[in-house]
Amino acid sequence: MKALTRITRWLSGLLVGGVLAFAAHAQGNLEIDTPAIAALKASMQQRHAQLAPMYASGAVGLAVDGTVALRDASVVPLAQRSGLNALVAAENADRAALYREIARANQRPEWEADVRRTFAQRWIDRAQAGWWVQRGGAWVKK
Amino acid sequence: MALTRLRPVVLAAVLSLTATACVTINIYFPAAAAEKAADRIIDEVWQMREAQTPPAASTQEGEKQ
Repeated sequence: MKALTRITRWLSGLLVGGVLAFAAHAQGNLEIDTPAIAALKASMQQRHAQLAPMYASGAVGLAVDGTVALRDASVVPLAQRSGLNALVAAENADRAALYREIARANQRPEWEADVRRTFAQRWIDRAQAGWWVQRGGAWVKK
Repeated sequence: MALTRLRPVVLAAVLSLTATACVTINIYFPAAAAEKAADRIIDEVWQMREAQTPPAASTQEGEKQ
């Protein structure tokens, strides 16, 4: 009987400690300061100089799946059109790598889809006025 | 008396706190933290901080070349 209460006490102590530890960790930040993520950010930042006019003209839009998509190539002068597909493909490759790297940097590769979903929402929410974003399967001008 | 009875509880709590602290990362996807991280990265990629702060008055000098 005495042993039983002692065990219960130990167990409750373990429980309290576990809950405290979980609470402390649950509100932490996501790790995004790794060399791989920094390199991807730099690459995307550089490309943004070329992409920004494409967003503004509506040639390229922000898709619901966290990528960028060719929306209307006809607004781009013919001479620049050939490079457009490559630009979009390169951006999407960087974005996919970014989502994967963030999940990996936090030791949770299975979070990749959640990271992608979060980014997709934030890219769209923070897009400038006049840019095209995908909402409910349709393109909408912000 | 009460103190000695509580000692194993406290001891167990501390023990389990230190034991799990090293192992527990995040069990569920931390949506709020992810949003914060996304915003930080978007700021940098789209250079939104820079756009908000107008350039300093250094443009006055060496304007003519």
